[in-house]
Amino acid sequence: MSETITYSVDGEGIATLVIDVKDRPMNVLTPEFMEELEHYADKLSRDDKVTGAIITSAKSSFIAGADLKELVNVFASGSSAAEIYRFSRSFSELYRKLETCGKPLVAAINGTALGGGLELCLACHHRVVLDDPKIRLGLPEVQVGLLPGAGGTQRLPRLIGIEKSLPLMAEGTHLAPARAHELGIVQELAANPGELMAKARRWVLEAGDPVQPWDKKGFRVPGGAGASRPSLAQTFMVGTALVARKTQRNYPAPLAILSCVYEGSQVPIDKGLDIESQYFVELLTGSVARNMIRSLFIDKGAADKLARRPKDVERVPVQKLGVLGAGMMGAGIAYVSAYAGMEVILLDTDLANAEKGRDYSRQLLEKRVARGRMTEAAAAEVLDRIRPTTDYAALEGAELVIEAVFESRDIKADVTRRTEAVTAETSIFASNTSTLPITGLAEASSRPESFIGIHFFSPVEKMPLVEIIVGEKTSDTAVARAMDYVQQIRKTPIVVNDSRGFYTSRVFGTYVKEGLAMLAEGVAPALIENAAKLAGLPVGPLAVSDEVTIDLQYKIMTQTRKDLGDDYVPHPADAVITRFHDDLKRLGKRYGAGFYDYPEGGRKRLWPGLADVYPPANEQPDVEEVKKRLLYVQSLETARCMEEGVVTEAVDADLGSILGWGFPPWAGGTASFIDTVGMKTFLAESERMAQAYGERFSPCEYLRDRSSMR
Amino acid sequence: MTDAFILDHVRTPRGRGKPDGSLHGITPIELLTQTLAALRDRNELDTALVEDVIIGCVMPVGEQGANVARVAALNAGYAENVPGKQINRFCASGLEAVNTAAALVMSGQADLVVAGGLESMSRIPMGSDGGAMATDPQVAFKTHFVPQGISADLIATLYGISRDDCDRYALESQRRAADAWDKGYFDKSIMPVRNRLGEVVLDRDEHLRSDATLEGLGALRASFEIPGRDGGFDAVAIQRYPQVEAINHVHTAGNSSGIVDGAAAVLVASRSMAEHLGLAPRARIRSFASVGTEPTIMLTGPAPSALRALEKARMKREDVELFELNEAFASVVLRFMQQLDVAHDEINVNGGAIAMGHPLGATGAMVMGTLLDEMERRDLSTGLVNLCVGAGMGTATILERS
Repeated sequence: MSETITYSVDGEGIATLVIDVKDRPMNVLTPEFMEELEHYADKLSRDDKVTGAIITSAKSSFIAGADLKELVNVFASGSSAAEIYRFSRSFSELYRKLETCGKPLVAAINGTALGGGLELCLACHHRVVLDDPKIRLGLPEVQVGLLPGAGGTQRLPRLIGIEKSLPLMAEGTHLAPARAHELGIVQELAANPGELMAKARRWVLEAGDPVQPWDKKGFRVPGGAGASRPSLAQTFMVGTALVARKTQRNYPAPLAILSCVYEGSQVPIDKGLDIESQYFVELLTGSVARNMIRSLFIDKGAADKLARRPKDVERVPVQKLGVLGAGMMGAGIAYVSAYAGMEVILLDTDLANAEKGRDYSRQLLEKRVARGRMTEAAAAEVLDRIRPTTDYAALEGAELVIEAVFESRDIKADVTRRTEAVTAETSIFASNTSTLPITGLAEASSRPESFIGIHFFSPVEKMPLVEIIVGEKTSDTAVARAMDYVQQIRKTPIVVNDSRGFYTSRVFGTYVKEGLAMLAEGVAPALIENAAKLAGLPVGPLAVSDEVTIDLQYKIMTQTRKDLGDDYVPHPADAVITRFHDDLKRLGKRYGAGFYDYPEGGRKRLWPGLADVYPPANEQPDVEEVKKRLLYVQSLETARCMEEGVVTEAVDADLGSILGWGFPPWAGGTASFIDTVGMKTFLAESERMAQAYGERFSPCEYLRDRSSMR
Repeated sequence: MTDAFILDHVRTPRGRGKPDGSLHGITPIELLTQTLAALRDRNELDTALVEDVIIGCVMPVGEQGANVARVAALNAGYAENVPGKQINRFCASGLEAVNTAAALVMSGQADLVVAGGLESMSRIPMGSDGGAMATDPQVAFKTHFVPQGISADLIATLYGISRDDCDRYALESQRRAADAWDKGYFDKSIMPVRNRLGEVVLDRDEHLRSDATLEGLGALRASFEIPGRDGGFDAVAIQRYPQVEAINHVHTAGNSSGIVDGAAAVLVASRSMAEHLGLAPRARIRSFASVGTEPTIMLTGPAPSALRALEKARMKREDVELFELNEAFASVVLRFMQQLDVAHDEINVNGGAIAMGHPLGATGAMVMGTLLDEMERRDLSTGLVNLCVGAGMGTATILERS
């Protein structure tokens, strides 16, 4: 014993359980911990000399929650629903055993308590928390597609009422101690660790009620149970609609949380805990939670730790960064890099432009200061680190230079040569191109092994992904340096091999083009846009097309056609792009007109003229079919990227799609989507769609030879 | 099969369904009691012959709960051998009560039945009975629940019905209702409601707005724009109807039915019972039907229920000389007119619920009475009455005069 909990009893009979899960940076709910906790729950109950107990942690955090890897294993284990029910119910029963052990329990919360950690606190009869604004309390399970399954959905509403508790669980809000105190989740705040323990002890000695309010006769849920009052009826009615809107019916957890509270608050707590466990099993056995946990946490965590970084390359952090071109991308790159502590040389052909690029950072920093997220002094320091210039000599000493100039081979070649003339041999040169193959651009370089693609997404300060593109001659050192840099700016890297459009632009392009192809077929434009949203994509293909501009799509199409010559595979979207570019001259949002109209001061609306250009067919497809086309086409292109070696790991495909362009996390990413559907079904459906809509739906050999993507 | 006949019907005037409404001081059971008493007294009915009292009521809770039909019958002094039951087909409850009474007669299981409806919306507000439909998250989610006003706006959006169309329809409803009152077309069926002193507290529908103008109607705020946007209901409706880009919110307090208090009762009998009572049958209940339709758009049941009732009667739409369709929302009637190719002068000729109000459980019996009175006035032989119903239903009845 005592692998996870240290137990002691003082002279006044107060037991202290100090949680310290061995070999873990933070306490998590391991099976060993639960076993020991159960042991002490029995001990507390039986030992007459013990008058009460304090539960606290030896680490700086209290308990960070469940072990997510453990939960994914449960999904993968193929256990029956009944088995998983027993597994999850055992957590909930253990906490119930604690709160009914007959001794007063107080949680002395000395650090962050999330998920099952906070649920343990809720199962105590009293909660004191250290008033440190860095501490976070919350039930964030919904963010991984789950619900608080250890009594959270039952105890929180019984403690603070339905209306206050629902948003905390349905959105997974994290609270600072003061806010948690205000809401009544914790009863006392303590200024320091000494006071924390003192207050906890005093409560045991002076109040020490070992019965939860909900176990007392005549208990009523504060503010009412279920939909017992009109305002509660409204809460559930509107709450359900808002959940439907927010999840687009793809994420079952928020609805399950609403139901746990609605149904569970109307019955005694033991029945409520049972209802909670049943909903929990439904979530844990579904693909959505598995996909979310795996992609958003396990895979992303590994990528953030640079799991795929070439070993044996020395770490040389970037201290001085050069950014060429102070347009929107360059300005964003300068901002995130200066924010991460680098000196940034922001170079443009025109000093006024370079300064304008720096002003972009100024505006972002001012916003942060205004919102109280940053002090003025810290903001000034960040801004001071950006040096606008027109002089290439200023780049001397930069470990990394990223170009974000106009997408022209000649201009890029020119800035490459000028940069290499002043930078050291060891310096890395990166291109932020989104369309031009890296290997070709590297021909302008005298050190192609140090030439690499670092593809940012717009707006840089918001988008979490960076796509690193390895050219034919790019060295492992360059790859490692690029990854280190991405880690420095706290973004997630994926590494792909060179290809036209690389991975992200190439696959994302298929999504947009499929939308345009459907428009040309006579699918109602609103149906296309709504189907995309129902599939879980953040923006419909027509709206996206307007955002990136039809102008740009036309340029890429023309360039690709020129580059590929006879190898160019025409797409039904080409004609739509050409028509909007040449004939209709509706070039996109920036130009005030595209597939949408953009009335001054009003909401954008689909252009009514679309009906004349592409009259909607009398028979419209089922929305499910439209969704399918938009999702499948992306996964099929991803498989081709894997076949061609552009993407070497399905994990990168998944992460890149979710973080790069918002491919729905419920599906786990473009690769996991195939597994979610099931390979057999995916292949059969793709074949059917290839017959119906064209060769682009025909699955590649790589797919036909596999039983799963991951 | 025995034929079922309507011998008589009465209704209360409709009081504004607010605390300042004239009927707010009358308990719901008293409202129904006076109605049942009036039907008995004007027909000099031996109530011991009544084999059931069937009353539609949509919020059967509180003082309107626990089977108002039996309780009001007892309270009205009906013979104690008369049973009673309360039914709920939401907005068509009053008509459903008539249809159920007719079914009993037609099947030979009863010869004399009192049907009707009751709703005191000022005292038992909408939503008082709770229910899983809107508030149980599993149910509301699965069925794409949206409030009725969103459904009505969705109908307008899908079928090209504009705000102006709705306002013009509403204005005409007001004009027709005022005109019908002025000419005394409702006199035959209205029974004044009295207080304990026997004084009349209301003898005329008080929801009418004779001062309504198109400009005034046009200035009203769309009632469901905010819940649609902030409550997420537009999104839910669009999830079910993804061909819709945005919901066009056209309904206002001015072109939707009014919230009112009221009750109605109908005497249904076989021919032999009518002869025994010495009462002349006023119309035969030729056929009736209820249907279920898609619940999110909710209010498109009228046309299919009308068609089914016609089919049951082996009749065609052209056989119907006069229509009465409850004016729950202007778009409901306008859509029905599109679907069955009904001209405005064939339907709701004396106005409807937009002007006079819609006392949920009672309305079905009231509009049936309105249709019958007008058929008699015009000496027509065939009329069809129907209502749109919550949760996606419709109920229709065809009346025939010989």
